[in-house]
Amino acid sequence: MLNDITPQTRRDLLAMIGKVGGGMAMYQAMTALGHAAETQFTGPPNLSGARPGSTVLVLGAGLAGLLAALELTKAGYKVQVLEYQSRPGGRNYSVRGGDTITEVGGAVQKVGYAPGNYLNPGPWRIPHHHRTLLHYCKALGVELEPFIQLNHNAFVHRKDAFGGKPQRYKELATDFKGHVSELLGKALNAGALDAQVTKEDKERLLVAMREWGVLDANMKYSTSLAVSAQRGYDKAPGGGTGGAPTPSAVNGLPDVLDSHVWTQMGFYFSYVMQTTMFQPKGGMDMIGKGFFRQVGKLVRLNTKVTKIAQDDKGVTASWTDTVTGQTGESKADWMVCTLPTTILSQMEIQVSDSKKAALRALPYSAQVKIGLEMASRFWEEKDSIYGGHSFTDQAIGLVSYPNYNFFKDGPAVLLGAFASGAGGYQLAGMTPEQRIETALAQGSVFHPADYRKEFRNGASVAWSRMPWILGCCASWTEDSRAQHYQNLVSMDGRIVLAGEHASYYGCWMEGALLSSLDAIKRLHQRALAA
Amino acid sequence: MRGRGARPARGIALSIALAALIGGMAGRAQDTAGGQTSVQVSQEGKEVYEQICQACHMADAKGGGAAGAAVPALAGNPKLADKDYPITLLLKGRGGMPWMTDLLTPAQMAAVINYVRGHFNAFPGTVTEADIKRVSSAPPPVRECNTCGM
Repeated sequence: MLNDITPQTRRDLLAMIGKVGGGMAMYQAMTALGHAAETQFTGPPNLSGARPGSTVLVLGAGLAGLLAALELTKAGYKVQVLEYQSRPGGRNYSVRGGDTITEVGGAVQKVGYAPGNYLNPGPWRIPHHHRTLLHYCKALGVELEPFIQLNHNAFVHRKDAFGGKPQRYKELATDFKGHVSELLGKALNAGALDAQVTKEDKERLLVAMREWGVLDANMKYSTSLAVSAQRGYDKAPGGGTGGAPTPSAVNGLPDVLDSHVWTQMGFYFSYVMQTTMFQPKGGMDMIGKGFFRQVGKLVRLNTKVTKIAQDDKGVTASWTDTVTGQTGESKADWMVCTLPTTILSQMEIQVSDSKKAALRALPYSAQVKIGLEMASRFWEEKDSIYGGHSFTDQAIGLVSYPNYNFFKDGPAVLLGAFASGAGGYQLAGMTPEQRIETALAQGSVFHPADYRKEFRNGASVAWSRMPWILGCCASWTEDSRAQHYQNLVSMDGRIVLAGEHASYYGCWMEGALLSSLDAIKRLHQRALAA
Repeated sequence: MRGRGARPARGIALSIALAALIGGMAGRAQDTAGGQTSVQVSQEGKEVYEQICQACHMADAKGGGAAGAAVPALAGNPKLADKDYPITLLLKGRGGMPWMTDLLTPAQMAAVINYVRGHFNAFPGTVTEADIKRVSSAPPPVRECNTCGM
């Protein structure tokens, strides 16, 4: 009888919790048992019991602001959101045909993509452990599809490697692994590591190197059908009389080192870059639109906040309507401010000096993304590349292939640049026309016969020139974290800040959401205690 | 994001560069293309301006944006009369502007400051690599520019 309610094993316990409490209870229990501590998300905040009539003003209708509006409304607050742009979502943004992109300095692009095609200029891939975002996507009915992250058949290009000819990732990665295995085997057999490993581990390592590196009987990495079963064949296996495959020739170690392929191999090991990854069907902005379906009636668009004040009774935001020129003030008991610090640091805002110092200590990065519409999917048809990335050491950084509408005829948009660092500044400093030309010139290394021939039109987003943010993401250092982070996120009177900049997941939507959840929980506590 | 593929800062700015590199490592959780570019920044002041600065300050150095969301003009900017002012900004950043220690060497900083002070303004005097080193090593450590000349 006791067995009916007493779990015998941890697995039984988890199964029971899962049945009774649903997935989130199970997840929390797993975390408590030492599993799956991969997120700080513990479920929606389920705030309730706001004092009747109490009000919150939210500045910014990006994901942090929209989430705050959604959850605070559920808690019983009367919420108003002020948004500078004519659309919700902030950096949760997709560019489509018919859209206009206006830059600081006046450059205007009219986007010419065919219906259904889009560029995600900001966030574009969602890690499987970004549970806050995944939770709200599901709750808001935002349909997700796989984002093809690791594509073994895409290219790696480096100007000073292989005479500038791109190589397939699978060939370079297999070769790198093979050569390193051979060298470690040599070192082991020469006794060079006898002081570091036991005799037993040495034997196991030799087996591991032979199997993992696909070494031959002499512990050498050399051309063979076994190696080709990883890096690909000269003549692939077939059927019938001519079915026998022939191997591809492995590259020598110096050539493989020239390619720096370890940087891509290491990239795919990054926690935030590991498969499985997702994207919303139809464009990343489906997430902002999903929130907006719930709270859109609370949002005043085209509203530029010019001043933020507070006293012991409440908060006031002064604003100008960017369409009509009308000015006004919005008042509330409390404020969640999600404006980026590039803007906030230029605004008159009534907060402590230490918070002002924090607002001025966050430089923003200057990434550039470029979407090129091609008349056909030549990368699929000719190169067997379905989604994923081809990497280059040129300023564009990569070419990334669309992860939807595989095998379809008609035009498709590929990502022709994801530039950051010096390359990001270079591309951002160009005119839109120069950016497209540069992206075509550099991306042509991967698909020289088709890249220019199939090109129809393109659009670029240089984040440092987006007038509503003047940058892409906040950049913290260990020093600035130590000096300013707590001052930035602290509740200051009746004002609390939120957004990716107020998180340790900077530049990710997950960071914006986690920051917002933490901010509104503290705001709610303060409001109930007041 | 920062410093990927950029020429690493050297010499006296090393401690700053190291701090920035560490910060850059910590910031690697940010989304990037993957791999490293080999983009080189010119040694010549005009080209440094075109390759880096004009991403925000624009080709004519007149900045842009609207009130409250503005990028400052460098052309005709009286603050640049004090040559230590732009040096400090390049070493420490300010507001949304990043420090440039992980993108530019002291020589490149001097070159671009001279270009901006001479070409977009008419201020006398030449900034040298030694000036960059003097400001970066002057006690107390380079002043935070949080409150200077907003």
